[in-house]
Amino acid sequence: MVDVTWGGARVSAQDATERAKALHKLRLGDVIFHAITRSAALLVLLLLGGVMVALFVGSLPALTTFGFDFVTTQSWNPVTEKFGALAPIYGTLITSLIAMVIAVPFGLLIAMFLTELCPMWLRRPIGIAIELLAGIPSIIYGIWGLFVLAPFLQQYVQPALIATFGNVPVLSSLFAGPPYGIGVLTASLILAIMVLPFVTSISRDVFDAVPPVLKEAAYGLGCSTWEVMRYVVLPYTRVGVIGGVMLGLGRALGETMAVTFVIGNAHKISSSLLAPGTTISATIANEFTEAVGDLYTSSLIALGLILFVITFIVLAIARYMLLRIEKRVG
Amino acid sequence: MDASIYNTRRRRNVIATAASYGATGIGLAGLAMILGVLFWEGFSGLSLSVFTEMTPPPGSAGGLLNAIVGSILMTVIAIVIGTPIGMLAGTYMAEYGRHEKISSVVRFINDILLSAPSIVVGLFIYEVMVVPMGHFSGIAGAVALSVIVIPVVVRTTEDMLMLVPNTLREAAASIGLPRSLMIRHIAYRAARSGIITGILLAVARISGETAPLLFTALNNQFYSHNLNAPMSSLPVVIFQFALSPYEDWQKLAWTGALIITISVLALSIIARALTGTRKAS
Repeated sequence: MVDVTWGGARVSAQDATERAKALHKLRLGDVIFHAITRSAALLVLLLLGGVMVALFVGSLPALTTFGFDFVTTQSWNPVTEKFGALAPIYGTLITSLIAMVIAVPFGLLIAMFLTELCPMWLRRPIGIAIELLAGIPSIIYGIWGLFVLAPFLQQYVQPALIATFGNVPVLSSLFAGPPYGIGVLTASLILAIMVLPFVTSISRDVFDAVPPVLKEAAYGLGCSTWEVMRYVVLPYTRVGVIGGVMLGLGRALGETMAVTFVIGNAHKISSSLLAPGTTISATIANEFTEAVGDLYTSSLIALGLILFVITFIVLAIARYMLLRIEKRVG
Repeated sequence: MDASIYNTRRRRNVIATAASYGATGIGLAGLAMILGVLFWEGFSGLSLSVFTEMTPPPGSAGGLLNAIVGSILMTVIAIVIGTPIGMLAGTYMAEYGRHEKISSVVRFINDILLSAPSIVVGLFIYEVMVVPMGHFSGIAGAVALSVIVIPVVVRTTEDMLMLVPNTLREAAASIGLPRSLMIRHIAYRAARSGIITGILLAVARISGETAPLLFTALNNQFYSHNLNAPMSSLPVVIFQFALSPYEDWQKLAWTGALIITISVLALSIIARALTGTRKAS
């Protein structure tokens, strides 16, 4: 038998009962620590469940009053207490879609630059800069959008768009109306700028996971940089890239502050991208503290529930796809 | 051999490469412009009174003291609540349940919480804390922030414990060290800088969060460290002041935005330096 020694307390091997007691204490500590960590892990699950339940309970009054009409009508009238979520849902989807259409090609091209074209000594600084920018709070992008981007668009870009596309059949309705500055297009641009560092840094990580042998073999055959990207890197990383894009989309869908500043908060679906609109998160941020009446509050929580369900699905798909590429690499 | 095929290939490559350079240029220029404007506007409003005076009524000078104090207070409480829970959960996943199904489920859910919309967290805390308490409060804001801290800490703790070499664990086990003591005295120590990095990143993440505070902590025009009452915070003040028509308020919003950005960048750089030295050694 050996001595049991821990933290200054020394129990000699000769004293059998003392020794058993000490061992028992250690075993008990082990069991307790195991139980505590396990319950903490379960708490994470509980957190997600709690969010779901709390939002569902909170939105019950609205959902029972309006039923399925809640997601198919677009009237939003606090006075008559008629609420429909179509306009914010549409706004959320359209702004995120436009943002991704802009940010994804940009992000992929920058990732291509960072992994294939950039000189070695410049890779780390640019990579770090992009990661730091991905961490900047969205309210910073929002305030910049409000004071810099919106006036700029109003003065220069939007009049030009209206003048250029005013007489083109389909596009004229997309760019109709006066240049407000704030509106769907501005919100989409801000979202795109905000998501860009995010998409870039994930795509770069995914591109970096391609085994160098594959790329070297392609270069050895005489492939150009573009051909290596197009026929080796992209096919190999397709799943991961889609996962990264979905992750960015999840961010864009739930983004609140960057959008709230510049969307204009109008509960109206307009065919024009220059018109003010609203998104789910902007509606909640703008109206929640001023909402009077249970039905109004409950409708806003129902909006939150819809947002949560949409982003949950998008993020789940994203994580699943990224998991698949991780498995292949590891 | 047909030369035109080479020309086409070369042309495609030139176009793609040019697009890649162009995209990087535009991207970096755009982001540099945002930071440039922020620093320009922010520094022009920066003075000592920003840190010593309360948020002013419209039309008069003032500072951001109450907002800064509120932000720091709620951030500290959020970290104090969120870190232990996150660390313990991460410990379970990396040490005890590494090969159990529950760990992969928790990991999946945690990753979703990591990027869930923060405004939904605000609604959640509103439902479970503000409604039962009957009023907005600083503590509700802090709890909302801690819900955002937990997934960040879980993720980094797990990742960092996974990097601890198994030989260390085996060595501890071979001298008869109980598992809980091995984790606390060997694994934590080996992963310490990584875990601290995770906490710093969590601080960076919540110091700019606005959406979860809007209807939990609300805002307070006056100095208050009463956690049971509405509390002001930098992001919410920025939101309110930037959208106001008053020039003094807009100026303060820029200055507040600068303070947040500098703190976030500083935290991220320190966190990066910590993991950097760990990798080097």
